[in-house]
Amino acid sequence: MNTSAPIENLISKEKIAIAFENVSISYGGNEAIKNLYLNFPKGKVTALIGPSGCGKSTVLRAINRMNDLIPDCKIKGRIFYEGSDLYDPNIDPVEVRRRIGMVFQQPNPFPKSIYENIAFGARINGYSGNMDKLVEKSLKKAAVWDECKDKLNKSGCSLSGGQQQRLCIARTIAIRPDIILMDEPCSALDPISTLKIEETIHELKNNYTIIIVTHNMQQAYRISDYTAFFNAENVDDGEGGKVGYLAEFNETETIFGSPKQKITKDYISGKFG
Amino acid sequence: MNQDLIYKKSIKRNIIEFLLNTIAITFTFIVVLPLVLVLFYVLIKGGEQLNFALFTQLPEPPGDDLLSAGGIGNAILGTIIVTTIASIIAIPIGVGGGIYLAEYAKGGSFSKFIRFGTNILSGIPSIIAGVFIYGTIVSTKIIFGSSFSSLAGGMALSILMLPTIIKTTDEGLKLVSDNLRKGALCVGASKFTTITSITLPTAFRPIVTGILLAVARAAGETAPLIFTALFSFYWPQGSESFLEPIASLSVLIYNFALEPYKAQNELAWAASFILIILLLFLNLLARYLNKLTIQNK
Amino acid sequence: MSNDQSGQYELRRRTDSERFLDRAFRDLSITMASVVAVLLIGIFLFVFSGAFESIGRYGLKYLVTSEWNPVSDQYGAFNAIYGTIITSLTSICVAVPLGIGTAIVITEDILPKKIRETIGLMVELLAAIPSVVLGLWAIFVMEPFLRPIFIAVNHYFGWFPFFSTKPIGPGIMPATLILVIMILPIITSISRDSLNQVPLPLREAAYGIGATRWSAILHIILPAAISGIAGGILLALGRAMGETMAVTMIIGNSLNFNWSLFAPGNTISAMLANQFGEADGSQVSSLMYAAFVLMILTLSVNIAAQYIVKRLSLKY
Repeated sequence: MNTSAPIENLISKEKIAIAFENVSISYGGNEAIKNLYLNFPKGKVTALIGPSGCGKSTVLRAINRMNDLIPDCKIKGRIFYEGSDLYDPNIDPVEVRRRIGMVFQQPNPFPKSIYENIAFGARINGYSGNMDKLVEKSLKKAAVWDECKDKLNKSGCSLSGGQQQRLCIARTIAIRPDIILMDEPCSALDPISTLKIEETIHELKNNYTIIIVTHNMQQAYRISDYTAFFNAENVDDGEGGKVGYLAEFNETETIFGSPKQKITKDYISGKFG
Repeated sequence: MNQDLIYKKSIKRNIIEFLLNTIAITFTFIVVLPLVLVLFYVLIKGGEQLNFALFTQLPEPPGDDLLSAGGIGNAILGTIIVTTIASIIAIPIGVGGGIYLAEYAKGGSFSKFIRFGTNILSGIPSIIAGVFIYGTIVSTKIIFGSSFSSLAGGMALSILMLPTIIKTTDEGLKLVSDNLRKGALCVGASKFTTITSITLPTAFRPIVTGILLAVARAAGETAPLIFTALFSFYWPQGSESFLEPIASLSVLIYNFALEPYKAQNELAWAASFILIILLLFLNLLARYLNKLTIQNK
Repeated sequence: MSNDQSGQYELRRRTDSERFLDRAFRDLSITMASVVAVLLIGIFLFVFSGAFESIGRYGLKYLVTSEWNPVSDQYGAFNAIYGTIITSLTSICVAVPLGIGTAIVITEDILPKKIRETIGLMVELLAAIPSVVLGLWAIFVMEPFLRPIFIAVNHYFGWFPFFSTKPIGPGIMPATLILVIMILPIITSISRDSLNQVPLPLREAAYGIGATRWSAILHIILPAAISGIAGGILLALGRAMGETMAVTMIIGNSLNFNWSLFAPGNTISAMLANQFGEADGSQVSSLMYAAFVLMILTLSVNIAAQYIVKRLSLKY
């Protein structure tokens, strides 16, 4: 199985948030993901799962052009967002990132106060309303307000890991993106914090398109509407390199209940990965 | 295509970006410009003077009726001798001190003071090192009754080399994985054997890089030499030369740049040419070694 | 039990000589390390004891008077101290924006990688040019080239004390500019290292919420690197204060005090370079007093640099 053929149209055209059309991404000379066709549905939670090295984080970071920060990262093919190819030379990546927010694997609050963590992003996005209200609303939406409300002037780094991650979610919500990308947001957290983040995602589901990379299959099952399963295959470069591809994409129920590919079934049932 | 996402040149944010980019690149240009200009002038003005006699002849004492100021042979040799003396003093002490800091020190107050002292010593103005050696060695004639000498010059330079060598040895040894040390100790090697046959060879390249940089810095120094090694218009004579004043490229440049005679000034440019070539070679060699080290990581 | 062991482990018991070697090596390395302490304390005591006589005789008056007369045995180093401080502070003010700007160009992605690497290498090579060669270049190339500009500044802004004398060649201004060239590599490379150490997740956080390159640099990346940069600036200040050769060659070594930057001036290190070799009597002690002042200045700047790096880096 070398290329993933265009997936059958699960989603009607007007409900597509992001569309990958034959996308390949490489670092230096090493290909990370190959010939990807994938449509992400609007207003839903889509989970990206798969063994490590299958390029799922790379796919996620391609959506808001975070890969621009990595030297030698090259992308082929086209990624559409609201009718525009995100990698068209006329596109301003700053505009893209203001509409497609991201929550990272490691909580990375700014070394500023909790209040400033929210306000900084809002300010550079030209927010002109009541800042106090925005801060409160964002923290509430991210379910971290109760823990923060008495210490808004304390450094964001003084919070616990789980609280920091919810602060980062609040920071992302504050800039009112259309889409929120989450790159294994719970991998550095304890089970209780993880549960709280999942609750937060449930809350956000109604207003945002969410795309989440996760290592945890139960988590994918709990929170997502759609699931894309990525796999990696060996390439014959003599160095044991691997390249990722999309193995199967469907509604989460189907992926976990009756996957069409054997490899998906093996992965879900824990035979590898 | 969605118009909102398109890069717009004329909105305020992008104008500010453009302005700041321009400023930063202009600043960079200003920083790089002196290097280009200095190298250009040294290579042109010094290159003109380049001939065989430059290496074989002695400089003439200043005078206004000279067509040529002679050569800089003794200064080239002097720079090599003084720098070698400095290296012979500074390398064992520096590497030894670095070994202590990286391998033996346990974070007590003595090692803290040595680390602190190394940083402070590297910040001491080079002229002070010259003053110190002048006061303790030259004016007291403590070494076989000689005053100004290449030995005194080498000592002054070694003070400047010492902190660099200690620091790079310390840092180089710290890069060596602890597992390697444990492995050696567990087969019954003594600490001495572990250091000399395992850790030191592993850290060889970064240490040599540091030593080369220290040598390059010392070879270009002037201030510590002007009243320790002084200057000489003659060739160093055998073993006595260690106890006699000695010429060096840097002091020659200093002395002859300030002479009112054109011939002498030109000789200063020629000496600069030789000195710069020597130093750039040492620096590029050090950088090359360092790059190899990083790639091997 | 098998008897086919052909070798014997004779060293199973460590021999006395091996034990001795092990201990001697350790003691040797401690001795080598102690040299640093001995040197540092030795230099300090030497300079202080040399200056003792003058400190007693002239006291603090030495710091604020500028008469320097070996014939009448009157010494005051205000001229040299003023020169040291004005040249180093002015050069820092010029070099800091230039150096940090260059460090940003080298570390951020404004220019293609190849160009950035070349710039980085050039900055390091600039540091390799010896002071005395820069002095030579300053005398014969830089100062003659800039003199018309200085004369014009004096012509139009002569009412301002700092520009009040006619430029005649060597002076405080060209010395300051050559110092700028000498400290730029320090500020640039330390700033570059500090910027490189800002963790990638922090950059991603900034860009991830739609920050532009410069709002990320100015609000997030630079503040995170500030401790290293501040330390680097102080180290550069210390270097500028102690720098000798290039300054001696271009500052004019004047014993008369003048506020103007275009007038010939002096610095402590230039004074030492010029006079120490031929000084005797109470002039030696007075020069040592100047050296002592220079030591105190550079020591405090260097200690402050180490303190700042330690103190501020705890924050992140």
